[in-house]
Amino acid sequence: MNLEELEQIAVTEREAREKVRHEVRVCMAAGCLSCQSQGVKDALTAEVKNRGLEETHKVKGVGCMGLCSEGPLVATSEKQMYKHVASADAAALVNSLDGEPVKRLDCPTDVPFFQRQKKIVLENSGVIDPERIEDYIAEGGYRAIVNALSDMMPQEVISEITTSGLRGRGGAGYPTGLKWSTVSRADGNPKYVICNADEGDPGAFMDRSVLESDPHRVLEGMLIAAYAVGASEGFIYVRAEYPLAIKRLKTAIRQAERLGLLGTNICGTRFSFRIDLRLGAGAFVCGEETALIASVEGKRGTPRPRPPYPAMSGLFGQPTLINNVETYANVPPIIRNGGAWYAEIGTEKSKGTKVFALAGRIENTGLVEVPMGITLRDIVYDIGGGIPEGRKFKAVQTGGPSGGCLPADCLDMPVDYESLAKAGSIMGSGGMIIMDESSCMVDVAKYFMDFCMTESCGKCVPCRVGTYQMHRILSAITNLTATEPDLKMLEELCDLLKNTSLCGLGQSAPNPVVSTLKSFAEEYRAHIHDKKCAAGVCGAHENGGDEKSKPEEKNEARELSEVGA
Amino acid sequence: MSPTNVVKPGTKPVQPASNVKTLQIDGKDFSARPEETILDVARQNKIFIPRLCELEGLSDVGACRLCLVEVKGSNKLLPACVTRVYEGMEVTTNSPRLAAYRRMIIELLFTERNHICSVCVSNGHCDLQWMAQKLGLTHVHFPYRYPKANVDASHERFVIDHNRCILCTRCVRVCDEIEGAHVWDVMGRGIDAKVVTDLNEAWGNSETCTSCGKCVHVCPTGALSEKGHAVAEMEKRRHFLPYLTMMRESQE
Ligand SMILES: Cc1cc2nc3c(=O)[nH]c(=O)nc-3n(C[C@H](O)[C@H](O)[C@H](O)COP(=O)(O)O)c2cc1C
Ligand code: FES
Repeated sequence: MNLEELEQIAVTEREAREKVRHEVRVCMAAGCLSCQSQGVKDALTAEVKNRGLEETHKVKGVGCMGLCSEGPLVATSEKQMYKHVASADAAALVNSLDGEPVKRLDCPTDVPFFQRQKKIVLENSGVIDPERIEDYIAEGGYRAIVNALSDMMPQEVISEITTSGLRGRGGAGYPTGLKWSTVSRADGNPKYVICNADEGDPGAFMDRSVLESDPHRVLEGMLIAAYAVGASEGFIYVRAEYPLAIKRLKTAIRQAERLGLLGTNICGTRFSFRIDLRLGAGAFVCGEETALIASVEGKRGTPRPRPPYPAMSGLFGQPTLINNVETYANVPPIIRNGGAWYAEIGTEKSKGTKVFALAGRIENTGLVEVPMGITLRDIVYDIGGGIPEGRKFKAVQTGGPSGGCLPADCLDMPVDYESLAKAGSIMGSGGMIIMDESSCMVDVAKYFMDFCMTESCGKCVPCRVGTYQMHRILSAITNLTATEPDLKMLEELCDLLKNTSLCGLGQSAPNPVVSTLKSFAEEYRAHIHDKKCAAGVCGAHENGGDEKSKPEEKNEARELSEVGA
Repeated sequence: MSPTNVVKPGTKPVQPASNVKTLQIDGKDFSARPEETILDVARQNKIFIPRLCELEGLSDVGACRLCLVEVKGSNKLLPACVTRVYEGMEVTTNSPRLAAYRRMIIELLFTERNHICSVCVSNGHCDLQWMAQKLGLTHVHFPYRYPKANVDASHERFVIDHNRCILCTRCVRVCDEIEGAHVWDVMGRGIDAKVVTDLNEAWGNSETCTSCGKCVHVCPTGALSEKGHAVAEMEKRRHFLPYLTMMRESQE
């Protein structure tokens, strides 16, 4: 494979597209599939076939279009989208192609939800067929790696990434260029490249969507990384709860191997790289890099103290580069367009875009990609469409169980790594849960503590026993039985866990509590002194506060656990 | 400078690599080899750093967090048992803050399971009990959990009482690293984690256990004991461990 051959595939693919007068795109990502979009696609295909229009009309399965709450989504042109489409609508949709749009299914695309987004990572999502490598190539795919192999030294690749200012999207925001250069300078052979696709934050589905909608982009990002750091073997650690992502990754790897883009002597050079999948068995802590590496090695997935960092001693004791799915997904466009291009997007210290999963009490739930530095208000009110039923915004939770709750006075804050951290939360992997006044912040804190407690690996004492004790206190507060000393104990434990836990799980487990204590202290006080919960969520329960006994619609916890996949 | 420190081509030329690092612990100067940890240096120089999971001769896991120390220039507390020394390091092994954290960690351990010293075979010979006294723990202010935990007495010579286990995993490591049998492992997550023999089968049915008793003797508490001991009678003997490790290293 060289650049000409790649171009040939792209040209052939584009010519085939030109013959098609109407391309009907049906979303085949998890959200829409779960509301029968497969049936919609089959019905559309059958309708086209019955009318003998196969030559000019093409029905194509594509990845996520973003507005997951309105699925199944179908697009018949760049501007025309339909929502809540059913199989029975197939005939009407095919009729509309050469006529008037179907009004009752219309999903307007000239709204802020679509207009205010900036798509880099998701540029192909909802556009290409994730199961065909040709479609990816036609959009300029694999050009970056083929180009890099022929025209760039590994050092130049790293320096483009450094120039771009890209930071890790897995949570901590570590500069990607710096990580790559550490691995490239580390002594040891072989070196490994790992893609962290264990996405375990409740409510987060960014990585899943990228893998389901555009898997080749991640493979290409890993290829470029492997070339840059000198690795010959790669692993994608993907959670077993993502069967569709796994299937599409397997297909993508097979296709890339067939075209000689993965395997030995790629593009006739001395560079060889293979990628294997490893499936996570559902432990949140296995997203932590050292635990993930232990798990790939076939051991129990528990973190170990760092240093040594994986960059020096990772998988099987070898230098290992580990990055998040979205981090890799940013790499091909950076190499294609140059680091300087990327560095122009975003803020001074947080470059590029970030994908967020909007969930909770918000009009438009789904996936959005926005430039760094956009305000929370823009995300919640403009893109997200505000709070439904005329209710009032109360808080937004970012960063999952490691993050915090930001109150209304943070709405005008820019969304970037530093600002979020300063306000007491974190960027995290990109989950954003919006809450209105029907949510009790103590209950929310308890939900996340419950999550941390059950997901703690049990290795270090502060996290294992501390999360249990904190959860016990939070349960007492939500049962309206807690006293002032309990609150003091809670604060002591927050401090202990933050400073003494072995890994990020325990160190950040107090964050939801600390941030709600800071911004919603009066709610804690009301629970403890007045035995009142303003949101009407908490109260004494006969069975000692078992969550399952709470009214469904009032309980944020239940809702989140459903989103949590 | 030793010949092993020749700078490799392509790496940054560094100052003449030295095999001796000098550092300060609690204001006093010490020297150490670069592969040594803070705890190694402290131990050689009779500086006390509390610890429960660490045992000389076994690999270090950094799990109990008692050995956390302050290092100048680091905003995080670092576990002395796994943190390597470096030139110019300034370590503080005790401070009011560290003492408070350490006491809280011991407290959490006491609340986690059912540690009732007065009826324990290891009373008076227990690392947990000794550490609590040494760190000045006078009372436990977190509520106790009182879990239901099992006792497995199916082995002909030994007993495991999960009520007294602190999950230090010394038994897991000694069995795997020294005896080479890997009978023990950890099962379950978080507060439900526990040590198990084979695939969570009765110890007495274990086909891998060699009945060597090493696990019993490295156990810091009364969780693992020999049968036939009454309260306070179970003394542990650990002298074999440094000896075995030394013999093994000399053969490698
Ligand atoms: C408890 C815990 C869970 C984590 N889960 C994930 C995860 O699901 N996905 C991920 O990419 N990173 C996760 N991380 C962060 C990883 O440890 C690591 O920092 C990241 O994969 C590095 O990639 P990046 O530099 O591209 O962000 C987690 C960290 C912790 C402490
Ligand atoms: S002795 Fe270092 S963490 Fe236990």
